[in-house]
Amino acid sequence: MSGPNDSKRDEIRSYAIGYCVALALTGAAFAAVHWPSFASTTTLAIVLGLAVVQTVVHFRFFLHISLRKSARDDLQLILFSMLIVILMVSGTLVILFNLRARMM
Amino acid sequence: MSANEIKHAGLNLGDTDELTHGQAGSAVFGFWVFLMSDAVIFALLFATYGVMLPATVGGPTPASEYKILSAFLETLTLLTSSFTFGMVSVAMKHGASRRQLLSWMGVTLVLGAAFLGMELHDFTTMFGDGAYPTRSGYLSSFFALVPLHGLHVFFGSVWIIVMMVQVMTFGLDARVKINILRLSLFWHFLDIVWIAIFSVVYLQGLIR
Amino acid sequence: MMTQGIWPAVLGRFDWHALPFVRAWENPTASEIIGAGAALLVIIGAVVVVVLITRLGKWRYLWSEWLTSLDHKKIGIMYIVLAFVMLSRALIEAVLIRMQQAAAIDNAGFIAPDHFAQLFSTHGSIMIFFMAMPFLVGLINYVMPLQIGSRDVAFPLLNSISLWLTGGAAGLMMVSLVIGEFSTGGWSGYPPYTELAFSPGVGPDYWIWAVTLGSIGSTLTGINFAVTVYKMRCPGMYLMRMPLFVWTSLCTSILMIFAMPALTVATALLALDRYLGFHFFTNDLGGNMMNYANLFWLFGHPEVYILILPAFGVYSEVVSTFSTKQLYGYTSLVLATMAIALLSFTVWVHHFFTMGQNADINAVFGIATMTIGVPTGVKIYDWIWTMFRGQVRFTVPMLYSLAFMMTFVLGGFTGILLAFPPLDYLVHNTLFLVAHFHNMLIPGLLYGMLAGYHYWFPKAFGFRLNEKWGRISFACWVVGFYIAFMPLYVLGAAGVARRTQGMFDPIFRPWFYLAGVGALILVAALGALFVQLWVSIRERDANGVFAGDPWDGRGLEWSTSAPPPEYNYACIPRVHGRDPFFDAKRRDDPYAPPASYDAIELPKSSMTGPMIGVVGAATAFGLVWHMWWLTIIGVLAIIATVIARSFARHVHQIFPPDEVKRTERRWLRAVAEATPTSREVEMTSVNQGVAEVSS
Repeated sequence: MSGPNDSKRDEIRSYAIGYCVALALTGAAFAAVHWPSFASTTTLAIVLGLAVVQTVVHFRFFLHISLRKSARDDLQLILFSMLIVILMVSGTLVILFNLRARMM
Repeated sequence: MSANEIKHAGLNLGDTDELTHGQAGSAVFGFWVFLMSDAVIFALLFATYGVMLPATVGGPTPASEYKILSAFLETLTLLTSSFTFGMVSVAMKHGASRRQLLSWMGVTLVLGAAFLGMELHDFTTMFGDGAYPTRSGYLSSFFALVPLHGLHVFFGSVWIIVMMVQVMTFGLDARVKINILRLSLFWHFLDIVWIAIFSVVYLQGLIR
Repeated sequence: MMTQGIWPAVLGRFDWHALPFVRAWENPTASEIIGAGAALLVIIGAVVVVVLITRLGKWRYLWSEWLTSLDHKKIGIMYIVLAFVMLSRALIEAVLIRMQQAAAIDNAGFIAPDHFAQLFSTHGSIMIFFMAMPFLVGLINYVMPLQIGSRDVAFPLLNSISLWLTGGAAGLMMVSLVIGEFSTGGWSGYPPYTELAFSPGVGPDYWIWAVTLGSIGSTLTGINFAVTVYKMRCPGMYLMRMPLFVWTSLCTSILMIFAMPALTVATALLALDRYLGFHFFTNDLGGNMMNYANLFWLFGHPEVYILILPAFGVYSEVVSTFSTKQLYGYTSLVLATMAIALLSFTVWVHHFFTMGQNADINAVFGIATMTIGVPTGVKIYDWIWTMFRGQVRFTVPMLYSLAFMMTFVLGGFTGILLAFPPLDYLVHNTLFLVAHFHNMLIPGLLYGMLAGYHYWFPKAFGFRLNEKWGRISFACWVVGFYIAFMPLYVLGAAGVARRTQGMFDPIFRPWFYLAGVGALILVAALGALFVQLWVSIRERDANGVFAGDPWDGRGLEWSTSAPPPEYNYACIPRVHGRDPFFDAKRRDDPYAPPASYDAIELPKSSMTGPMIGVVGAATAFGLVWHMWWLTIIGVLAIIATVIARSFARHVHQIFPPDEVKRTERRWLRAVAEATPTSREVEMTSVNQGVAEVSS
């Protein structure tokens, strides 16, 4: 869908699909919070889960990142960045919450 | 080198402009790397926000300050602007008229400005409630994270204006094309950061 | 006078007492006089440089050929010049620190506590950010594009901007000697001490903005180098054929891209606290100062490997060349480099084991820390096996490599001790730690950079450095290091805290004396380097190696003239193996001229870099002194410069084929006229830069 030979129609359709899916995911997340029907931790998990899915949707349909072989340079870059980000964020949270718990 | 070979992944000009496509390789890849470096800055601010969330010190809390409606409208605005910027890319790639290209850029710019307006309105409301950054650690971290995204949107908007002027001055020469490609990456990237903001900051704060 | 009328708006919080001369006049103690003397030295130095350039009539040349140049080679050289200037200052500060501690046992010494604290803060900040970083960035800038057969880096203008941001930041460090004072919070600038409540002066602000400018410059450099290695390699230069120095450059760049932002966040949040009253790291209203330690070391530990990896690359090149042997265990060296780069993101907590988190977390990070020893050990063995049964020539770069291997392993042992949390609790914040990281960084960075300097100097300037003075300098660096730092292990194990201005127990005295002697020997080492440069320049005609290959080199960088033409290669080379030039010399004629020459397009010089660097430093100066008008003008000027530059077209210059042909002919004639040198006499004037090849 993101190949160089796509017709203009295909590309517009791809953006439109991405836009609609993203809208639906956003709406679902806001709805889950606005009309709470689960325990708060479950709602949080749903919201974060939807956020992850929507991120993937944006990468796929707006930034045209795919798993195809010729796109691997950028994919590797993004995956490596994610690894570092996860290390840094989770490390920070674990260490400082641990410290907080021991100081309280 | 065949025209179909992709010099860089993601957004590209494909075979509609082979020459520029070739030059764009390192330019666009370099911008991707920059964005990932920027992503680390946001990630660390998110981590800091997470750490400081409990530090409300008896002051305003997320639940008392965030408004779900305005967060939703801001999200819609930014998401729509991402779609309209997609149309800018399509127009550029498939040789649409200059007027069409400029009008899609103009629409994106208006949406960006609308987003900034709503966000500023949010902040002034919060200030009115006594929720300013010097009040507590939690508010400090909020006002470092969310306005930094706003600042990015602001500079993105300035960049759109600059590119509109360049399209009018130079037409679509190679450098203009490459810079619009980079700008589109920037704009879509900001939307992704916003997904994290509305989920982690606004929605998490409003969960009852 | 300066607190009335319009002055506060213009001068911010400046007053006469910001000038060290005024302070020394009013309070003429040894400490203040030293401060004023340092300020005077900066001023005299600047005046002498300006007068000298004017007298020689070199301003135009300097501006158009160097300061605005986008040539990666010239930018690299300018980085290294900056590194040597800053090294000189920080080394003198180190000597003052040593002298004070030696003098101040049961005694006040001659440097006041506040001044002493500024000394160790500037010493650390400069050595890391303005000596080590510019040195390695300069070396990579010069060598890496040549090694991958490219004509420049991916973004030449960005390269110039990075240089000037770093230069502007270094300038800010120098200005802090003359106007105001520097931070007393150490190179890591820990809050809450550096918060407004405890350090209201300009010191921490100087530190914040100098480091921030420098770190932005380094991030951009990292992006530039990584893209260069990914996208600019010549045909045939597959990833697994790249010289090891290119590999370590790549890994260092990746570390810069992902680690520098953490430093930017840490300093930016501290600035928000100090300037706008935020509460990130304050004691009150929910501040969490341990998050600063966390953010700072998220940067700080990868930074250690940013510093050390390029030196590993240099050693790999040097050991292989001067053993006339293929690098042993190429693949394992590449994998070890990558492993070190990745692991460096997983160990940051070992810098604050004593913070108060639970023992399990400390155990995890302690084990991760020890794990880094494994790939590092692999590298040491690879270098040893490279030398095994090779024709080892003990040139200066090789001597540095050998000294590195011994000394670095020793430092590694103490690192393993420190990685063990219960033991770390005992020596945390003592001179033991100071001894440890100097034991890693002096061999792991400085020796590597000096080895690289000696190794590639003939390539950059066309003549070899004097061998005798090189050896004298080498001996002083090594002996001086051991005498200066081994006593600190003893003192640290005995419990002497680092950064202590005075001590009471006379039993420490002999050790401090010894360390002081070591520091003086290190100064002699630097002096010998400068003498060497002077002597070498005077003897340059006798030691010329214009033909370009003084050491029977292996990589592409030796296959062009010394110094190389601005476009590096008249024709982009094609590579068939890991040691392309070494193999080519043995297989066929590497100096065969091509059938024809094409025109070459390179970027024109640009004043954007100097503009952004100078204005950036001025903006930072305005922030330090609360001269808001200067800051606002500066920020607007930077934005305007960037936008104006985006409108610039015709940014390239063309080298016509005739000119390229002339340049190449001249070089090839020199190659043909030179007598091939055997390895036995490569350190004598016989060496004209063409290697004798016995096939």
